Amino acid sequence: MISQFFVLSQRGDNIVFRDYRGEVQKGSAEIFFRKVKFWKGDEGEEAPPVFNVDGVNYIHVKVAGLFFVATARVNVSPSLVLELLQRIARVIKDYLGVLNEDSLRKNFVLVYELLDEVIDFGYPQTTSTEVLKLYVFNEPIMVDAARMPPLGPAAMFMQGTKRMPGTAVTKSVVANEPGGKKREEIFVDIIEKISVTFSSSGYILTSEIDGTIQMKSYLSGNPEIRLALNEDLSIGRSGASVYDYRSSTGGGLVILDDCNFHESVHLDSFDMDRTLALIPPDGEFSVMNYRMTQEFKPPFRVNAFIEEAGPLKAEVILKIRADFSPSVTANTIAVQMPVPTYTTRVSFELEPGAVGQTTDFKEGMKRFEWCLKKIVGGSEHTLHAKLTFSQESHGNLTREAGPVNMNFTIPMYNASRLMVRYLHIAKKSKTYNPYRWVRYVTQANSYVARL
Amino acid sequence: MAPPLPSQRSPSPSQPSGRSEVSDLKLQLRQLAGSRAPGADDSKRDLFKRVISYMTVGIDVSSAFSEMVMCSATSDIVLKKMCYLYVGNYARCNPDLALLTINFLQKDCRDEDPMIRGLALRSLCSLRVPNLVEYLVAPLAAGLKDGSPYVRTVAAMGVLKLYHISAATCFDSDFPATLKSLMLSDPDAQVVANCLHALQEIWNLEANNPEEASREREALLSKLVIFYLLNRIKEFNEWAQCLVLEIVSKYIPADSNEIFDIMNLLEDRLQHANGAVVLATIKVFLHLTMSMTDVHQQVYERIKAPLLTLVGSGSSEQSYAVLSHLHLLVMRAPMLFSTDYKHFYCQFSEPSYVKKLKLEMLTAIANESNTYEIVTELCEYAGNVDVPIARESIRAVGKIALQQYDVNAIVDRLLQFLEMEKDYVTAETLVLVKDLLRKYPQWSHDCIAVVGNISSKNVQEPKAKAAHIWMLGEYSQDMLDAPYILESLVENWDDEHAPEVRLHLLTAVMKCFFRRPPETQKALGAALAAGLADSHQDVHDRALFYYRLLQYDVSVAERVVNPPKQAVSVFADTQSSEIKDRIFDEFNTLSVVYQKPSYMFTDKEHRGPFEFSEELGNLSLGAESADNAVPAQRYEENDLLLSTSEKEENGGPPNNGSPVSAYSAPSDYYGSSISVNSQTQPETAISIPGLSAYTSPATLAIDDLLGLGVPSAPAPPTLKLNPKAVLDPGTFQRKWGQLAISLSQECSMSPQGIAALTAPQALIRHMQGHSIQCIASGGQSPNFKFFFFAQKLDGLSAFFLVECIINSSSGKTQIKVKADDGSASEAFSAMFQSALSKFGAP
Repeated sequence: MISQFFVLSQRGDNIVFRDYRGEVQKGSAEIFFRKVKFWKGDEGEEAPPVFNVDGVNYIHVKVAGLFFVATARVNVSPSLVLELLQRIARVIKDYLGVLNEDSLRKNFVLVYELLDEVIDFGYPQTTSTEVLKLYVFNEPIMVDAARMPPLGPAAMFMQGTKRMPGTAVTKSVVANEPGGKKREEIFVDIIEKISVTFSSSGYILTSEIDGTIQMKSYLSGNPEIRLALNEDLSIGRSGASVYDYRSSTGGGLVILDDCNFHESVHLDSFDMDRTLALIPPDGEFSVMNYRMTQEFKPPFRVNAFIEEAGPLKAEVILKIRADFSPSVTANTIAVQMPVPTYTTRVSFELEPGAVGQTTDFKEGMKRFEWCLKKIVGGSEHTLHAKLTFSQESHGNLTREAGPVNMNFTIPMYNASRLMVRYLHIAKKSKTYNPYRWVRYVTQANSYVARL
Repeated sequence: MAPPLPSQRSPSPSQPSGRSEVSDLKLQLRQLAGSRAPGADDSKRDLFKRVISYMTVGIDVSSAFSEMVMCSATSDIVLKKMCYLYVGNYARCNPDLALLTINFLQKDCRDEDPMIRGLALRSLCSLRVPNLVEYLVAPLAAGLKDGSPYVRTVAAMGVLKLYHISAATCFDSDFPATLKSLMLSDPDAQVVANCLHALQEIWNLEANNPEEASREREALLSKLVIFYLLNRIKEFNEWAQCLVLEIVSKYIPADSNEIFDIMNLLEDRLQHANGAVVLATIKVFLHLTMSMTDVHQQVYERIKAPLLTLVGSGSSEQSYAVLSHLHLLVMRAPMLFSTDYKHFYCQFSEPSYVKKLKLEMLTAIANESNTYEIVTELCEYAGNVDVPIARESIRAVGKIALQQYDVNAIVDRLLQFLEMEKDYVTAETLVLVKDLLRKYPQWSHDCIAVVGNISSKNVQEPKAKAAHIWMLGEYSQDMLDAPYILESLVENWDDEHAPEVRLHLLTAVMKCFFRRPPETQKALGAALAAGLADSHQDVHDRALFYYRLLQYDVSVAERVVNPPKQAVSVFADTQSSEIKDRIFDEFNTLSVVYQKPSYMFTDKEHRGPFEFSEELGNLSLGAESADNAVPAQRYEENDLLLSTSEKEENGGPPNNGSPVSAYSAPSDYYGSSISVNSQTQPETAISIPGLSAYTSPATLAIDDLLGLGVPSAPAPPTLKLNPKAVLDPGTFQRKWGQLAISLSQECSMSPQGIAALTAPQALIRHMQGHSIQCIASGGQSPNFKFFFFAQKLDGLSAFFLVECIINSSSGKTQIKVKADDGSASEAFSAMFQSALSKFGAP
């Protein structure tokens, strides 16, 4: 069980502080903050999420730039506490619509009220927004979501694409709309984080997809929902080694290595027709998490070359090819490449007619960045960079530079081809026809090309 | 070094400094106190919010206590809650004022609305004021019987709070008994969970009444309770499920059917999205199957996929916690993960604490089939921009080289590192090459050729410098300019800040002198002179020692400083396997993340009652001093219990004596005890697939025919033992010291028993089934030592104490029995041996 819970701002201010057991001395928040801030300072390493100072265990997660911290005297389960902290953050977000320092400060009384019900004497009681609604009475004070920087994986829906109701993701589960009526709607997001490592010859060394089906329901009366996935979905790769790339990719078969489900999900007919049945609780939650190492077509091909170009000079060529349909557009693409430490200057040459592309040499971090606002499927982009060195290189440049790392977001695309075939909501009446939003998004987790 | 705390408590400038604002607030509160004007509640809400926001940032607003209480007579539930929060925060420091709140809290405990009743009861119990406990009893008793489950959940927790304020009051009101019956009957799962929380904590803490406490603890782990909880597991929410699973993991099933029933029931918990539930389930699976080698291995295979999925989903913090557990499992059974190595490749975006774990796992699972891929991958990280990780990666390559037999390719890679000419890469590599040469002297030719090219100017880090100097001394005959490099280093003696380096320099110059005297004589003289003048005590002493040794006899000096060396076969492991087992026992706790057993980081009062770790040490010492053992025996015993038995364990085939001491003294200074896990830890627990054959009756008979063990079955014992005997370590220790040995016997253990003795826990559980309790255990394969005790069922005071030493490679077992009633020790010993002989039998 935990002793205290607190939320600290980036500067270390207490925003919320709750002591459940009175067994940890005062000043724990300051001790925590100093320790995290100056964690083995010289090597710039990040503090681990769990550490012990003078017999007090400090366990924290970072959410929306805030520290959510629990202290414990006893030998607790770290994943229980970390999971709990993450869940507390999520409950608060369900209530406030937006989770950030400002919204927390405005609503700290509500947050205290929530914390009183979530944890009693250090023992977790419930983290279900649904259940908590019965016991929590403060009304959330809304902050202006538009001014806030977007947070979380679903945030990209707020920009651009007109089809999405932008405010929905920042809507509180409990607060009423100005008109007093709640809009009946449900969001299902299929979010995939992909990791690919290309060898210097462009061969795929490793690839993995970590996906989650996230749901946020604003439906009144908790109707039952059926979520149908690909019929040919199969789970678990029996026998063959996990990284067996010989399996044919032609067939539409989607093979997940493994998956897990939210506790509200009934799997009675899952084996038969790949349908998940559930009564979605209020608030945001993951219906299903899955992992896939089956070969898939990576959305981008990345090629990087570096070669010497005379004394104290080298040339880099970066090529990106978008291997997806022209109807899909990736956005906020950033490509980073570390360069040799003795690089003093980099001059860039963009392709002719390049729009929305920027380049930057970060001398302090000894790397350059190439940012592209968007990339349309099927297109190819190239960057030439000339490096100037302050000393002779020791021969093998490929050992001194790279690897190239890429970040991107591709809405309405998923690499695994896992699909929601349909989303069925049990009808209460003939006129009941709530809005359903099924959205796909793919993000880079670790997208690396070696030199 | 962390900079000093800026100032003890500095509210940021935007926050109010306190005093005047607080008195202002008090005034406004007082004005509103009696007001029934419309809108008064809204103004109160605003004021209360300000009070609480001051409280949060650390401003003391306790002086407004009476005003707050005056304002609390309200029907507005939001106001009430804020008031409760405030009161709970300050009551302990203001016990007199807290009395003011009792009245309205008690009244609220009788409110019509169950919500108000619950809230008031929770606040009442949270006051933490000892002289107010008398007011708690009646509302708590009523709360436990309340019709609303919400109030009952609050009341169950309230009992625990009362226990912490006044244990006596809690017992006088018989609350624990009430909780127990509520736990077994309440229809609401959360009430059951809170009862369980409370009972568990109370009985773990209760020290005044040890017998009752241990009886109650056992009752919580009884088959009745466990199966009751398991049957309701789906009713509990995810957090309560974790609690139930934790309790189930401590349960000792009666037979294998129970084990399979439990595992089948919990199978689907492995698919839960909450990592805490999955890990708690895994703990149950692992602990239940401890003594079933083949099933245990199946469990490993089964839990791999869910663990990897958890690592991929969730935040980086959550995946770190899961990965730490995966790390533990990989370290225990690297073989089982050898095909999964790609999952442990580092990803670009991962924080370094995750990368470090992954590097360790990659090192552990490297074997003949995957080494090439793993080393290739690690070499990619060596040029990484993240310098600490680059260093770790190089070290990992070195560790793999040290644990492999075919190191050809790896040595080449290491030598390539030296050609990269990056300072930190060179530094790390030098240290590794030194260790490699200690293990594989046959590589010296290739390595020295490359090392000889390194300019000593490019080596600055003390460890690397020391390694470089060591090589210069050790291989001075192969490196042409060794004496001259050493000489120039001696010339710069005063610039050398690390005593470690100066110590090595002394030794290296000595070694070089023995091989190439004319070239080194000058440098040696200068080094000894500098060493004698050195301000560092160790450096001074070593120089003086060398000087006198040379004066005495040069050939003796050479024998001392530069004796012929044996290659090191295995470097000392950094962690004993006893500690590793203990961490494994504490699966799904912080111990796994810290890689330390809980007694190393938790205060005594926050540990459970089952922690004997420290006592174990005391116990053995106490026992020995009381034992009139001859010195030799004592040494042996000591060795066993302190589990320095690494030597015995590692020294299997080519026992060269203690590996570290085989080398001359200076090398010890590196302290670079590289752990070679896969070798020092022959993972007996899971790696013997064909073992199940042993347990079949047929083989048993053959074993018997061959006379391989299975002692002739002793006569059926007439002695009856108390199945619930309790003895605290202190008493055990005292008794062991007082009593004489009444019986000392040697017997041999059956092969299937030995096969099952993969870890002490398995035997401990088995003996418990025969009413023989273990109080302490230690040692590691092949030598295990246990202290058991048992109690005669008729007389309360008659205990039997047993010291049992088992050598699992020879099957020899030594038993020493001490007994309160010496006449029964013969019968008890027979019983003990019969129980022991059944261990591992199907």
